[in-house]
Amino acid sequence: MIRRGVYIGVFMTCCMLLDAQVPYDRIVRSTQEPQNWLTHSGNYNSQRYSTLSQITTENVKNLELRWIFQTRSLEKFEATPLVVDGILYTVEAPNNVVALDAATGRVFWTFTYTPAEASRPCCGRVNRGLAILGDTLFMATIDARLIAVDAKSGKELWNVAVAKPESGYAMTLAPLVVKDKVIIGTAGGEYGIRGFIAGFDARTGKEAWRFYTIPGPGEPGHETWPANSDSWQHGGASVWVTGSYDPDLNLTYWGIGNPGPDRNGDERTGDNLYSCSVVALDVDTGKLKWYYQFSPHDEFDFDSTQVPVLADMEWQGAPRKTMLFANRNGFFYVLDRATGQFLLGKPFVEVNWATGFDAKGRPQRIPGMVPTEQGTLILPGNQGGTNWYNPSYSPKTGLFYVPTWANYSSLYVKAVTPYEEGKTFNGGTARATTPNGIRTALNNFAKEDEGYGAIRALDPHTGEMKWQFKMTDVTDAGILTTASNLLFSGGREGYFYALDATDGKLLWKFPVGGRVISGPMTYALNGTQYVEVAAGNSVFVFALK
Amino acid sequence: MWRVRVCLLISIFSGGALWSLAQRGYTQSEIETGAQQYAANCLRCHGPEGDNVADADIGHGKFRRASTDADLVRLIRNGIPNSTMAAMNNISEQNAQTIVAYLRSIASTAAALSALPNGNADRGKALFEGKGTCTNCHRVGANGSRVGPDLTMIGTQRRTVELHRSLVEPDVEIVPTNRTLKIVTRDGSTITGRLLNQDSFTIQLLDAKDERPKSFSRSDVREVEFLTKSPMPSYKDKLSNQELADLISYLASLKGQANP
Repeated sequence: MIRRGVYIGVFMTCCMLLDAQVPYDRIVRSTQEPQNWLTHSGNYNSQRYSTLSQITTENVKNLELRWIFQTRSLEKFEATPLVVDGILYTVEAPNNVVALDAATGRVFWTFTYTPAEASRPCCGRVNRGLAILGDTLFMATIDARLIAVDAKSGKELWNVAVAKPESGYAMTLAPLVVKDKVIIGTAGGEYGIRGFIAGFDARTGKEAWRFYTIPGPGEPGHETWPANSDSWQHGGASVWVTGSYDPDLNLTYWGIGNPGPDRNGDERTGDNLYSCSVVALDVDTGKLKWYYQFSPHDEFDFDSTQVPVLADMEWQGAPRKTMLFANRNGFFYVLDRATGQFLLGKPFVEVNWATGFDAKGRPQRIPGMVPTEQGTLILPGNQGGTNWYNPSYSPKTGLFYVPTWANYSSLYVKAVTPYEEGKTFNGGTARATTPNGIRTALNNFAKEDEGYGAIRALDPHTGEMKWQFKMTDVTDAGILTTASNLLFSGGREGYFYALDATDGKLLWKFPVGGRVISGPMTYALNGTQYVEVAAGNSVFVFALK
Repeated sequence: MWRVRVCLLISIFSGGALWSLAQRGYTQSEIETGAQQYAANCLRCHGPEGDNVADADIGHGKFRRASTDADLVRLIRNGIPNSTMAAMNNISEQNAQTIVAYLRSIASTAAALSALPNGNADRGKALFEGKGTCTNCHRVGANGSRVGPDLTMIGTQRRTVELHRSLVEPDVEIVPTNRTLKIVTRDGSTITGRLLNQDSFTIQLLDAKDERPKSFSRSDVREVEFLTKSPMPSYKDKLSNQELADLISYLASLKGQANP
């Protein structure tokens, strides 16, 4: 029996070596191989929930550091790696791909790419990860190129321009591979781009379809931009966080960024579709199936680029295919992901710009809560109640977990910013409402009423908070949950920790010595479950003693 | 050298009073942002009062090369050819405008300083080290305690009006980095000191008793409280106007010398 098992193992290994590593079928069924992490969010539903359960609430205290990989980069480390059959692939910011032995952290190869000097990502020369199909890795770069790299050798296979970095286009997200296409979106909302999502042929890099996140003349939604104006041509609506995919509906879901200029909507009257929306696209054609706009005519920089989390659950007594979405604007939403129907909206942090929703799910604005020349205090503030940090949904606990900035506000100041290609196009600024300097790079002097970070666990059926784990500082870390009711996350303070996902109780922590601004993930190899997190400028990997 | 009107100063720095100082529609928000921008970009050369550079006093509302605020914004961003004023084109136009807002606000404050007599820094030094007992908490160069803020370079960091306010109304504004924390441990010990750092699991402070940095696990701590009042007493009724003037003159002279 044992010998047969060995033979089968050898045979399987040979097949993997001979055949492409990750055909589409494996990605679709990735929940069946939890030892691997095949997409940015683990699988297409983006739940960041793993069925690996060797590490439990009882033994998590025995986690120990197995290896560290120190990058050669001093940029922010936001990437979630992929793990495929014992190889961990990640990105040294901005755009070097590294293949590591997932058991030891030793380097197999490095693909080095130097972005064009014209690149100008608004908020850091960052990258959030890779996609894989077959033997090919795909990376979107800050100079708006899409690059295919041989996963076995680290050699470049193709490299295509997606947009002009000189105009402010950049890409910081991990691509999403579906079937034979690599799907990306373009950042650059702070530079007055016209955002889009596009699908590329994975073999050749040829663009197959493009969905502009601002409709052009004659297209539905164009009427939400002023007539006789070119504001739609530089209205932002960028895309900088990876979307999700439902194979049964054949729809891919993407969150869309804010309209530009960010804090002055005078020259872009109307709802400004599809800014601050989530869109559902036919994955084969890029055609719009439905949309839902979270923040019509936004002036608070409330990008809706959070990860759409797909969950099948009982909803008011009947099974429903839902989307869970904690938005930067401070509200938690549940949508029907087949139709886009609004099912629930409830604040998960303090909100003072809207009171609630009408029957169709349009927010009811509070008059006067708009940016002004003097400044208007808005809750949540400019970084939002949450942001791009990966949330998690555990089917085991039935709870939705959100990295949260609580008690947090900004003073929104309006100004006039004429559009100029490649220049910042912000229409004002957002200023801190608490004393500056209370959080320096290393030291924190803040009081709780000056804002704090938290993991908040929400009941998706009601939006009610079930528990929260408070942090002294705010957090940019994503969340991982597992079938053994563990929740892993971190924060700016430089800890990586495990909570009991049922009640938020702290079970284990490790001082990683640098801020965690990535989403943790887990994988297994040779019977051992590992937990990975990027912190500071390094990859940390843990396993049980 | 400088003059101070006490009552006005109190109102200037208490909460929304800055609003009333807004020049040409500048808001408190703009002035506060401008103060940060000034500290980051201008203070090193121009000093806290804006009068460090010879023939280029920018702290009193009169500018030789600019007559409008737009001129000032241009000067900040483009610099002055053949002078030490380099182009600061890393400062956005909006931020340059906030610097102008700040300069206008300090000019109006400076113009109001007229009540105190001239100060003498030597007499102020004697007060600092003697009657004022300032060295019990503060350090200048190698002398004095580390419990309170180090004042070795305070003359480059704070305006005289701010120094005066700190002396007569020390509770009005406590810089976040100087907050005092009180900790009561589970075994009943009480420790106060200057907060050095904190996170979700630990607290670091400088113990006021022995000037040692100490770290506490929050699990060992029963109470944690920021003190709302400064441990510094008010010198409003402890020192005469002349003594206050002397002390402020001495503090304003502290610009980094090891042991003045």
